Amino acid sequence: MRTVLKTEKLHKVYTLGSLFRRIKINALDDVNLEVVSDQPVIVSLVGESGSGKTTLAKVVLRLVEPSAGSAMVCDHLVAGKGTKPTKREFLTTVQPIFQNPFEAFSSYRTVDSYLERTAIYVNQLSRREAIDAISQALASVGLKYADVKGKYPNQFSGGELQRVSVARALLPHPKIIIADEPVSMIDASLRMNVINLFLALKRDFGTSFLYITHDLATAYYISDYIAVMYRGCIVEFGQARAVLSEPQHPYTKLLLDSIPSTRWKWERKIAESDIETKEYRFTGCKFHNRCPLAQDICRQKRPQVVRLSDGRDVYCHLVQ
Amino acid sequence: MIRLKNLVAKYTTVRGQVAAVDGVHLEVPDGIILGVAGESGCGKTTLMKVIYGDIGFPLSLASGSVEYGFCTERGEPVTTTNIRDYWFKRISYIPQSSMSALNPVIRINRQFVDFRRNSKREADILDRVRQYVQELGLPAEAIDAYPHQLSGGMRQRIMVAMATFFHPDIILADEPTTALDVVVQKGILLLLMNLQEKMKNTIFLVSHDMGVHYQITHRMLIMYAAKAVEYGDTNAVFERPLHPYTRLLIESLPTIGDTQTRQGVAGRPPSLWSDLRGCRFADRCPFAREICRMEEPQLREYCAGHMAACHFVDRFM
Repeated sequence: MRTVLKTEKLHKVYTLGSLFRRIKINALDDVNLEVVSDQPVIVSLVGESGSGKTTLAKVVLRLVEPSAGSAMVCDHLVAGKGTKPTKREFLTTVQPIFQNPFEAFSSYRTVDSYLERTAIYVNQLSRREAIDAISQALASVGLKYADVKGKYPNQFSGGELQRVSVARALLPHPKIIIADEPVSMIDASLRMNVINLFLALKRDFGTSFLYITHDLATAYYISDYIAVMYRGCIVEFGQARAVLSEPQHPYTKLLLDSIPSTRWKWERKIAESDIETKEYRFTGCKFHNRCPLAQDICRQKRPQVVRLSDGRDVYCHLVQ
Repeated sequence: MIRLKNLVAKYTTVRGQVAAVDGVHLEVPDGIILGVAGESGCGKTTLMKVIYGDIGFPLSLASGSVEYGFCTERGEPVTTTNIRDYWFKRISYIPQSSMSALNPVIRINRQFVDFRRNSKREADILDRVRQYVQELGLPAEAIDAYPHQLSGGMRQRIMVAMATFFHPDIILADEPTTALDVVVQKGILLLLMNLQEKMKNTIFLVSHDMGVHYQITHRMLIMYAAKAVEYGDTNAVFERPLHPYTRLLIESLPTIGDTQTRQGVAGRPPSLWSDLRGCRFADRCPFAREICRMEEPQLREYCAGHMAACHFVDRFM
């Protein structure tokens, strides 16, 4: 069995404000996740903005040093105490895809120069071998090298450019790709092409994905596991289809109710959120001020993890 | 009734002129929420600009006009040429990004007062504003804050408050919830629905999220490559889309509880610079035949109030 993703007591505190008036934000507040599998898996991380999902991705990508705790990706320790992989080892294991492909690629450089650099520096290929590897990677995302060579980002559509960045991430044959909101900038009609590409890569190359999104419908469509985050905490984690078909935590229910579905119309009621910075500092359950079921214990004590019979983790006092 | 009469709007660039809205001809009944959908670059925002009357270089209105269904004090009908006089009084606008729409260095109450700078009863107006934002579910202190002190959802509510303060007849909302989370998005959309029911005005809602359209709009306009391709009641459009593009757009969406494989629409929209002949969707359409590449389909009414621009609508009837 391989550990695809494991975090232990992961914390990250950001401080805002001046020296005298500091506000602490717990962007990650005791995050414990564990995904163990022999097969490649797609793990989704969902939640609203400010839930800490991008911070978790940054910790996993070693872009942010956590305040406490440790994180492991594909049997490599990436944060916390212990021996960490070298940069090259790391880059051949974990690769990122970012939200906006037009910002990920400089508009003053040709797109293929990024692919070439990755092939030469990370894969340590010669220039000629690099071109073969690039053609292969581009072919696996449905593009031709001749169509990409010498072109600048503005000559592509969003969907095509996102495919190029997937191809770049594929070059070192990583075990896992961290995709931070990879389709939110892409038009609805092209979005599914990128999503289906992830499924094909998982099947053909055995690549796992950490798919970060706020779109629950696509998360349901592609993921094996799902973790729902709220204000820095995991609230529910388990098999994706089970969690989204029968949500147990009130926040997961609220999220599901808020999706503009094309199947049923909304009920006209809504739970309002409070000032965000206040919610990060709650000592009890962070959702208690919006939760329809909140009781005294929810205000006072952070809920402990409850493991249900189907193997899912729920952080709620009211779930047995 | 708002009449869009054969609108052709062009952008002037160094390469010459390009039509971003090409011959949109519609009648929009009063008192509905009209959804406008389509992918980026299909002309949705340009259409909103034309309706708002915000036409200035590089955008120009090559032909056509908009009739808003109300008259000036002298009894002349208001059209695109004089709609500017009614900005925020009878027609208002909710922009996409509230962060860049609000001035970051002055308090929100100053920005409200700005509307009626010549009015001397400032305190009186502020009282009314305070009351009004409370009705919209915001704390009254919110208007004394700077924009950055509020969350994205609260800022968007402030924008809704500004746009609806004078109870305008027409509100244009250009992707009002795109940058927001689903829970906040639902709050804003329900607010718009409730306000519309109360004020009985017309809202044009631009969004690329078909789910949003299904939830709140009464009628829908689907645009593709500067053309209107389908126009009809939202329920009818979702139940029985007449244009293959609409059909593919709806079918491509995954839903929770449905594990069926979904396909996106292959290919990309044609460049508006290229020689556009025939149906603009023909290259991506699985049903395209010879006639589609030769002859441009016109927007025709097929059932009561349901129009589409396709040669083979019968296939879906």
